[in-house]
Amino acid sequence: MAIFMTIIVNGTEHELDNPGTLGHLLKSLEIVPERVAIMVNDRIIPRAGRNEAVLKAGDRIEILTFIGGG
Amino acid sequence: MDNGLKLNLGGREFDSRLIVGTGKFASTEIMIEAIKASGAELVTVALRRFNRERPSDDLLAPLAKLGITLVPNTSGARNAAEAVRAAMLGRELSGSPFVKVEIHPNPHHLMPDPIETYEASRALVKEGFIVLPYMPADPVLAKRLEDAGCAAVMPLGSAIGTGHGLSTAEMVKLIIADSGIPVIVDAGLRSPSEAAAAMEMGCSAVLVNSAIAAAGNPSAMASAFSMAVKAGYAARQAGLMSRSDVAVATSPLTAFLAVS
Repeated sequence: MAIFMTIIVNGTEHELDNPGTLGHLLKSLEIVPERVAIMVNDRIIPRAGRNEAVLKAGDRIEILTFIGGG
Repeated sequence: MDNGLKLNLGGREFDSRLIVGTGKFASTEIMIEAIKASGAELVTVALRRFNRERPSDDLLAPLAKLGITLVPNTSGARNAAEAVRAAMLGRELSGSPFVKVEIHPNPHHLMPDPIETYEASRALVKEGFIVLPYMPADPVLAKRLEDAGCAAVMPLGSAIGTGHGLSTAEMVKLIIADSGIPVIVDAGLRSPSEAAAAMEMGCSAVLVNSAIAAAGNPSAMASAFSMAVKAGYAARQAGLMSRSDVAVATSPLTAFLAVS
């Protein structure tokens, strides 16, 4: 198994340790987990147990936050 | 229809009838001060991809400190399926049951798509959301959205961000006359007097963003809108006098000054 894997984070290729979890990804991006909503391959990942969710090569991850809007 | 003293949306009660949007502010600090000055208890927010270069764009933490209720919108959605997904993500992140359904596929005029708005609203009511749809000022659609279980309808005053005011006034009146749920004018208002006019007409609340965010002094304008909404609502409750086509004297027309 490769040491790294390529995943797609917000539309951009990203290298992550393999094996890796969402928790690893958020930590590597310095993201506070409580401040974001996450989809993996179009599926919403609930906050509970999210950090332990295992990622695999090619996964498409969307990390979303609230910004200003009317 | 809304005779209570508090604004009731989906069983939740609010003292403030001014809902504020968080877009277009020059800084988060200015936005926070404006929200405080507005007295708003409901504030809309939008979902976007996390931007590593601009972590200060994230509004969740600063807004959480205000003790207000977030209303995530579905802006960016081009159809009902995308709006439902945006709503689910918004609920996951905010913990709020509210959603502003906002589907406007044409960036030129940002007019809401009535069909997709209806489909998304119906689906989100079934998912347990308190649904506030941004909609064209169409009385037939408003009734359909009410029947679908929406907590309010939010007809536009004029196109988003234009400041053309209550150009849909006659349609909004028809919506109010028929509605069993609160009617909230959303989009297009520029001045507090327009907000007051909407409230005098019988709206239950107004949603204002650009008019505050793009004002010379957003915080002062937020305060002005707050007063206008209260004045307009109080006037509606007080009962406006009937109009007359002929003058009706307020002073007695006696003849004692006549020089003969």
